[in-house]
Amino acid sequence: MVTIDGLRVQVDAGTTILEAARKLGVDIPTLCHHPDLEVQATCRICVVEVEGEKLLQPACAFPVRDNMVVRTNTPDVRSARRVNLELILAHHPTDCLQCIRNRNCELQALAERLGIREVRFERKLRGIPLDESTPAIVREPDKCISCRRCVAMCRDVQAAAVLWPVGRGVDTVVAPACERELGDVACALCGQCIHACPVGAIAERDDTEKVFRALADPTRHVVVQTAPATRVSIGEELGFPPGEIFTGKLVAALRRLGFDKVMDTDFTADLTIIEEGNELLKRIKEGGPLPLITSCSPGWIKFGEHFFPDLLEYVSTCKSPQQMFGALVKTYYARHSGIDPKDIFSVSLMPCTAKKFEAERPEMASSGYQDVDVVLTSRELGRMIREAGIDFANLPDEEHDSPMGISTGAAAIFGATGGVMEAALRTVYEVATGLELPSIDFQEVRGLEGIKEAEVMLGDMKVRVGVAHGLANAKRILELVRDKERVYHFIEIMACPGGCVGGGGQPIPTNMEIRGIRGNALYVADRLLPLRKSHENPAIKQLYEEFLMEPLGEVSHRLLHTHYTERSKYPVSCYPMSQNACD
Amino acid sequence: MRFYRSHVLVCGGTPCILEGCKAVRDALTEELKRRGLDEEVRVVETGCLGPCDLGPVIVVYPEGTLYEKVAVRDVSEIVEEHLLKGRIVRRLTGEGRLAGIVSYKEPEYLECQERIVLRNCGIIDPSSIEEYIARDGYRALAKCLTEMEPCDVIEVMKQSGLVGRGGAAFPTGLKWSFTANAVADEKFIICNADEGEPGTFKDRLILEGDPHSILEAMAIAGYAVGAERGFVYIRGEYSLSIERITKGIEQAKAMGLLGRDIFGSGFSFDIEVRKGAGAYVCGEETALIESMEGGRGEPRVKPPYPGTHGFLGMPTVVNNVETLGNIPRIILNGPVWYRGFGTPKCPGTKVFTMTGDINSKGLIEVPMGITLRKIIYEIGGGIPGGRSFKMAQTGGTSGGCLPGEMLDVPMDYFTLPEMGSALGSGALLIMDDSHCIVDIAESFMRFFVRESCGKCVPCREGTARLHHIVEKIAIGNGTYEDLRVLEDLSHAMQKTALCGLGQSAPIPIMTMLKYFKDEFEAHIKDKLCPTGTCRL
Amino acid sequence: MDVMPASLDSLESTIKEIVARHGRSEHELLAILDDVQRAFGYLPENALIEVARNLDMPLGKVYGVATFYTLFSVEPVGEHVIRVCENAPCHLLGADTLIDVLSQELGIPMGGTTSCGKFTLKHTSCLGVCGVAPAIMIDDEVYGNLTPDDIPVILEKYR
Repeated sequence: MVTIDGLRVQVDAGTTILEAARKLGVDIPTLCHHPDLEVQATCRICVVEVEGEKLLQPACAFPVRDNMVVRTNTPDVRSARRVNLELILAHHPTDCLQCIRNRNCELQALAERLGIREVRFERKLRGIPLDESTPAIVREPDKCISCRRCVAMCRDVQAAAVLWPVGRGVDTVVAPACERELGDVACALCGQCIHACPVGAIAERDDTEKVFRALADPTRHVVVQTAPATRVSIGEELGFPPGEIFTGKLVAALRRLGFDKVMDTDFTADLTIIEEGNELLKRIKEGGPLPLITSCSPGWIKFGEHFFPDLLEYVSTCKSPQQMFGALVKTYYARHSGIDPKDIFSVSLMPCTAKKFEAERPEMASSGYQDVDVVLTSRELGRMIREAGIDFANLPDEEHDSPMGISTGAAAIFGATGGVMEAALRTVYEVATGLELPSIDFQEVRGLEGIKEAEVMLGDMKVRVGVAHGLANAKRILELVRDKERVYHFIEIMACPGGCVGGGGQPIPTNMEIRGIRGNALYVADRLLPLRKSHENPAIKQLYEEFLMEPLGEVSHRLLHTHYTERSKYPVSCYPMSQNACD
Repeated sequence: MRFYRSHVLVCGGTPCILEGCKAVRDALTEELKRRGLDEEVRVVETGCLGPCDLGPVIVVYPEGTLYEKVAVRDVSEIVEEHLLKGRIVRRLTGEGRLAGIVSYKEPEYLECQERIVLRNCGIIDPSSIEEYIARDGYRALAKCLTEMEPCDVIEVMKQSGLVGRGGAAFPTGLKWSFTANAVADEKFIICNADEGEPGTFKDRLILEGDPHSILEAMAIAGYAVGAERGFVYIRGEYSLSIERITKGIEQAKAMGLLGRDIFGSGFSFDIEVRKGAGAYVCGEETALIESMEGGRGEPRVKPPYPGTHGFLGMPTVVNNVETLGNIPRIILNGPVWYRGFGTPKCPGTKVFTMTGDINSKGLIEVPMGITLRKIIYEIGGGIPGGRSFKMAQTGGTSGGCLPGEMLDVPMDYFTLPEMGSALGSGALLIMDDSHCIVDIAESFMRFFVRESCGKCVPCREGTARLHHIVEKIAIGNGTYEDLRVLEDLSHAMQKTALCGLGQSAPIPIMTMLKYFKDEFEAHIKDKLCPTGTCRL
Repeated sequence: MDVMPASLDSLESTIKEIVARHGRSEHELLAILDDVQRAFGYLPENALIEVARNLDMPLGKVYGVATFYTLFSVEPVGEHVIRVCENAPCHLLGADTLIDVLSQELGIPMGGTTSCGKFTLKHTSCLGVCGVAPAIMIDDEVYGNLTPDDIPVILEKYR
């Protein structure tokens, strides 16, 4: 039993003061605290008075003990909190109005909440230049408040450990190794650091202007594809709570923005299942290499190229749905609609920052043009819709355009961890056995468990599958594979925790709770769709009949499959590697 | 063993080395050989004798004559006059500056001192384990292993009232009991020799002068809590300490005093040396552990404390060098004997290092509760150049600054905090009236800016702001508002910083504002330095 | 820097040897970096990469550690590193003047390296020889009780 601000509450041993207080409806202000990350206790904003303790204690880290008496709002506490916040603010730019996190910034909100009206310390910025070295992520170190949430995210959740504190004292900064730019180091570009960042020190590269310009250009035929996980998150950008699916309004909003055709990445998600499912069956038949590892997540792919180059032979050669769509839109769709591919401007709406990098890979030009011209994240599209003044809430529901607009429930769940695996199993089972699945719901691969496993009988063959989301979990499962400690036939890896619903390009905030809510919504959508297996998609059947001819065929090989590049774990320009380590 | 009629102790502490004691030692050896006295007179290089500013210092026994500032050219005279003819060379016994101290044995120098930790420093050859053993060395360990249960050892420590001498003053026995009671696969003893507090060099000189006492104490601690491995974490700058302690470990291992099955008791204990790489904050025990694990020396969030979750997450005792230095004597002589020194609340002695404007700079060991006045005027020989006392900073740069009115305050771990200061590591910086308070404050704050680890906001940002504001005042750009901001900022840092560094960084400023506010105001209002010595 | 091993092969083998001596454990990072710095004069990026590779730890962490401790330098330094203590005991007894004289004699500010690559001038944390303040340390050698007149004499030994 503990007493907080005069209220008594019973909590378990080991509970922090912060958790206990929240139970009582006392919301102690925090800044460096993040529900999914290791306690930092660096900002000293959440300090409270604990009877018997000489010093104020950080509520986020201090465990309660029986009969503890805590006061969270004394003059002493308020004065110290205010000074600590002023210290942070004095080292932070004041251009909130121009900041990408304007009105969605934890520091700004805290300053408002604590009623900061003046900062008594002289303002001094670090003067460190922007890092715009990657096509996906922009770092603005001057805005960094050294809370280290990104460090914990990158190290503990994503196992890349790209960001680390550098230097000492007031000059401490968070930076990539050797103070290199992000483009020089082994960064997956997953963008989870953006979700960790309370301020605008890390953000996606904003490509909205390129799209607005293309939309305004009458010579351009602008086509957009919408990724599975964006329809469940776009509402959050426009004032809705998480968990609602807005496919129809999303399509309508994109039309109002001026896109000539609004088609669906879900269509190529179904296509991916056909190609990848057949690849799995082929590898099983030909005796390997197994396990087959999924390739939809470009963050995972880049991570794998840096950290597991020896396992790249296991990775499916299928391009991601985005890139399959890109390759088809300037070939199949161009032919279908009679439009010169050079006039097609291909935009994709993605939950992902790594997709921006993927689209710019040199090998992603099999149509003869760059297959995807611009990748927009959910956040960027949210900004475009808001800027255009579209009344999203009152939009009618509209349908995707054909011929690449029809999809199944299997594609819908691509956005959640385990979804690709489940979608693949639905198809692989029926293709391999010729039988109908008794139950198409594979519960074992759903949910937010870090690594999920299941066994499926394909006729008389037992197939072992594994699912990992978040790169630390990916690393764990890949080490099991590398060390031959566990035998799998098929592994799904998603770079982001929760899968694409938790992607680095998704609305802020994105945390474990919200990832779960978005994922569940996708499973509901799946259940409500008339078609739930990729191989039943009529548009896919038509595509094979008219264009691709057969799975893994010659056209597929040219347009839908790719190869990977071994990359170094270390900055390469200073150190010649023996192999083609850097592309 | 050979019998020598005389022993010449040459202080081999780092300060004396800097003054050229090695050349003096070599000249002595050479001269004795030349005159055929090398069979009769033995030259011993010892650890620090204490009066560091008088180096090179040598002492001739059995007379106990202390010669100071001995140069190579003085050697033949000392040999000729003293060692051959038995006549003390008065010229070198320091009748000039340090009046009264003509002999190391005479009471003026040592009367106020009680040497427990330093009992061997300057007396024995620190590179000889035999000399340590000859002065009861490793007897305390033997007593523990053969006559006492681990819980008895802890009980003795508790009863002795010994508290940590690194500055935090946590009861040593209690600390040990936390680790002793923890259940774990492995436990560790760490000797914190990351002495970085400016003005403090006691640990350095203890390690240089009597390394075996620390090794013995660590083994005792290991026995008491159930640890089989110990580490001495020494700052990288202390090369001689590292050398001596490393050699000590080798010797003790060779004699079976460390290693497997010590004294056939079944108890095993090994010690390794770890070197720091330049970070004051690593004196904080959790930062030290981070550093030992190969990380940035940033303090951890406490609780949990190292006693239960320390090195590699295992229960770990971290004790300061001086704390450990007390332990063998406490075991041998008992807690009642130990409580005979110092004050009832704060028993024992304290090693102080005297620096700044004081006649006798160096290392002393005195009972807890001694007054500042006694240290400065009776032991330290007062302020040089006929100037008057202005301020003493106790406890190093993170300690408080006390004015003349406080000269009679008893120096112990409980009284000084009441004055807004701290006993800390035992550094004493004495300042005469020629110095400007604001200028010194700026120097103090510069130190914290450099040494803050950068992890928590109040320290990372706060130290820089403290410095910035004091600098503003120092150059005549300060305002009265700055003084108010200094106070609010100091309060936030003291109350919310993650570790002792940030919590104590404002202490010097707070005490200076309390006792010397007029000097700050003169810099603000009149844009004048009352002492006329600072940059204004 | 001419103390750098000429070829990459030697860098690789030097570091491999150092790591082998201390053991392939992250806990030995400080000791390893200390030896690497002794071998190369400072901690060049490619050496840090080799250390990270040998210990199989993130380069970012190695760099974070290398930049935390003042005895390590990731920038090239002069053949001799002069570290000046200007903490309170040394400050009281004239460290500022020593710094001025050193800067003047060497023609470089604090933190700088002479163009000939002979000397680097740096601050140091307390050297623990406050009894003989003010003090400086050149490489591993400490000098105490200094006056401005001592500086040229001492520097001459290293020139």
